[in-house]
Amino acid sequence: MSSGLLELSASAAVAAVAAGEVSAAELFELYRARASADREAGEQGLGCFTWVADEAPEAAPGSPLGGVPLAVKDLFCTENVPSQSGSRILEGYLPPYTATVVARLGRAGTTLLAKTNQDEFAMGSSTENSAFGPTLNPWDRSRVPGGSSGGSAAAVAAGLAPWALGTDTGGSIRQPAALCGIVGLKPTYGTVSRYGMIAFASSLDQAGPMTRDVADAALLLSHMVAHDPRDATSLQAPSELQLPSAERLDGVVLGVPGELTGEGIEAGVLESFNAAVARAEELGAGVREVHLPHAPHALSAYYVLAPAEASSNLARYDGVRYGLRAEGAEDLLDMYTRTRHDGFGAEVKRRIMLGTYALSSGYYDAYYGHAQRVRTKISEDFASAFEEVDLIATPTAPSVAFGLGEKTGDPLAMYLNDYCTVPMSLAGIPAISIPCGLSDGLPVGLQLAGPAFSETRLLDAAHALELALEFDGGPARV
Amino acid sequence: MSELEAVIGLEIHVQLATATKMFCGCPLSFGDPPNTHTCPVCLGLPGSLPVANAKAVHFGLMIGLAVGSELAPRSLFHRKNYFYPDLPKGYQISQYSEPLCSGGELGGIRIHRVHLEEDAAKLIHVGESGRIHGSEQSVVDFNRGGTPLAEIVTEPDIRSAEQASEWLKLLRSTLRALGVSDVNMEQGSLRADANISLRPAGSSELGVKTELKNMNSFRFIERGIRAELARQEKLLTSGGRVEQETLHFDPDSGAITSLRSKEEAHDYRYFPDPDLVPVAIGPEMIEAARADMAELPSARAERLQAEVGLSPDSAHALTARAELGDFFERALAASPDVPPQTLANWLTVELVPRLEEVEDPAESRVTPAALAALVALVSAKQVSVGVGRQVLDKLVADGGDPEAIVQSEGLSAIEDEGELAQIVAAALAANADAAERVRAGNDKAIGPIVGHVMRETKGRADGAEVSRLIHAQLGA
Repeated sequence: MSSGLLELSASAAVAAVAAGEVSAAELFELYRARASADREAGEQGLGCFTWVADEAPEAAPGSPLGGVPLAVKDLFCTENVPSQSGSRILEGYLPPYTATVVARLGRAGTTLLAKTNQDEFAMGSSTENSAFGPTLNPWDRSRVPGGSSGGSAAAVAAGLAPWALGTDTGGSIRQPAALCGIVGLKPTYGTVSRYGMIAFASSLDQAGPMTRDVADAALLLSHMVAHDPRDATSLQAPSELQLPSAERLDGVVLGVPGELTGEGIEAGVLESFNAAVARAEELGAGVREVHLPHAPHALSAYYVLAPAEASSNLARYDGVRYGLRAEGAEDLLDMYTRTRHDGFGAEVKRRIMLGTYALSSGYYDAYYGHAQRVRTKISEDFASAFEEVDLIATPTAPSVAFGLGEKTGDPLAMYLNDYCTVPMSLAGIPAISIPCGLSDGLPVGLQLAGPAFSETRLLDAAHALELALEFDGGPARV
Repeated sequence: MSELEAVIGLEIHVQLATATKMFCGCPLSFGDPPNTHTCPVCLGLPGSLPVANAKAVHFGLMIGLAVGSELAPRSLFHRKNYFYPDLPKGYQISQYSEPLCSGGELGGIRIHRVHLEEDAAKLIHVGESGRIHGSEQSVVDFNRGGTPLAEIVTEPDIRSAEQASEWLKLLRSTLRALGVSDVNMEQGSLRADANISLRPAGSSELGVKTELKNMNSFRFIERGIRAELARQEKLLTSGGRVEQETLHFDPDSGAITSLRSKEEAHDYRYFPDPDLVPVAIGPEMIEAARADMAELPSARAERLQAEVGLSPDSAHALTARAELGDFFERALAASPDVPPQTLANWLTVELVPRLEEVEDPAESRVTPAALAALVALVSAKQVSVGVGRQVLDKLVADGGDPEAIVQSEGLSAIEDEGELAQIVAAALAANADAAERVRAGNDKAIGPIVGHVMRETKGRADGAEVSRLIHAQLGA
């Protein structure tokens, strides 16, 4: 099989299939074999996948995405294909339906290649909190790929999938994209249907593309965006997404918030980030400092709101109808207690406890109510910043990929990974991470964020920067 | 201790008669095989999301308009979190801090609020206990899960068990007239909880209340409330105290048992459901609700008195049960010349008692047109009242056309005065003693003579005419 085929971006593969240069079946088999090998390698592999297809599904003939295989994060429900959200509590669960966004992409021609590993219920920044074991970073197997969409990020980085779907609640697409040196986009909240995504925090969860380059991200996203009558929070985007073509940044004003580019960011990351901003100026962008005065409080607000919603979203895992049910329970309460004791991992339990507490009678206003007010302030910060600048630039993550086990004993240190990504999540605005260089041989991510529904502008700017930065750091293909 | 006064408030759950469930597209059903009307949403499967049923909001607004509530500017749903096997998401979607309708009044009882929520699934406990504790196993039927409910909460304005039951009947007829619910207590589409307390008569303070759950017939409600009032009175008059708790009334044994105490009350951790964005209630939605409102019982009672000329009692009887009013108006439309009050009397005094278990006369064999035709015959003295009752018996049993029955059974009133005069003469001869007493002025003695005539004529004779002829022939 041609190794050249492997080097094709997904967009290029779509074109190659359309031109008849390669068959969809050949493409699928190439990736299926690679993904399968990783899965069969067990602990010797990267641990990217929780399930890999046996055989190529029929692709819709003449479809716009031409039968190019797609890896999908475990938490997307896929009919009769295991969907556990990385949790033991959904052991053996086979959904009777497919998530809207996966079904849409299927109609557009993608074929389901594999389900990817993730932190349990998307709670984590390292893909170490999974019932399936950790995923390793293909750049350095002693390090984490980031999370929670670490399986998708590592699979795309290692060439085990042409592209993948992830979900982002507080940074779960952008941070692993940064740590694995790929592109990850979190769209405007509401533009992509959440129907069939196993929920973590409903007001924040959003699906997005994880790809090798910006053009792939735009192409995949363009087939994901649509109003879904099954999702009451789904919105109709005011204008259609345009695929990116910009090579210059003339007339674009970039804002750099001091609050997210100073203390707490690793020196090597900052260096790479500053170099990228300088490159943007050379491409014609104006660069200006902006203020997001409430951004430093974003993480605190997020760790009230997200666990509060999660404590309720995860109440359905009670052993009554599906998934795990603990044996030998004496009565109903005992069954609930044992099932949830055995089925949930430590981080999930921690967040359920946090969220339950935050919503308790007498504490609601002090925690949940207060956090909602902070969330509003953060949205207002962005709104006033976008009166002065077009896009905001920050490092995606405060550090490069860290060592496996390095932060598992210190939840707060783990939570700080989301420092630069959580403010955009709370504001519901789109943000993309693109690789902008290496620090100690590991990729650094640049985050660009724009106002709601500015995906076209965001992708154009990312495209121009990507061209100029010439990041060429694909890890050795496995 | 001075005399005690009952203070009762009701919480009524009404299943709304929408085509589909509150947050998904499954049809509503009753009595179908278990778990045949379910989908990922009402089963609470991972990844599924709720979408609010616009028709349920529409019905909620109609209820609010009917009782004169203030309508909320937006529809907002909260999550009420607790674990139970009949609650597949681990929370119930319900309205909390912003109910759809606030305030209002119906039949002299103030309404506190009306809000929308989803019904729980149905638990069936296998084994002798009949409850989840001690059952061999419990199974869940999710057909009912997610059915739209309107919860109507009154202020504590009710003062007796009888008043509670009477008021519920008014509420039921109002909801039926609106067409927003089947309001069938036996099938559970109308369920009532009562908050009950006692206080010294004349006091404005509220005593400690108990909540009596889920009574599913008017009779049980009355009995349950009466039993709980008696229990509280006994406690209070013997120096005891009422504990705040939730109670269950067993209609079979009459026993009241505790479901949970105040200390066991749940912390429901209410918060706005992030899956459902608030929807603004625009003037066009309110106008649409107003346009769909049928005539309400109070307005109908006024019309039946002012325009149709019924007595207040008849107007009340025909509106407290909307099905009677509907039957009456259809009958009147079939025979507009029938005296309306006579028709109303025949419906409520003669037909309804004959129907026994059948609540709605429209479901009987007697059509509105047939009743009207019968009343027309009686009013025109073409048949006697007694024959009219016989014909009604036949109609109830077999249906049919009154005139045809009168013809085929030869029941027409005897119009030939000569024929009737002969029968009267024969009756006087056969009852000579009675005839003598009547002649002497003892009018009570006329009974056996009239009875004789009626036997001879099979009731076809007009009673007043018979009496006139007797007196004439006796010269009395």
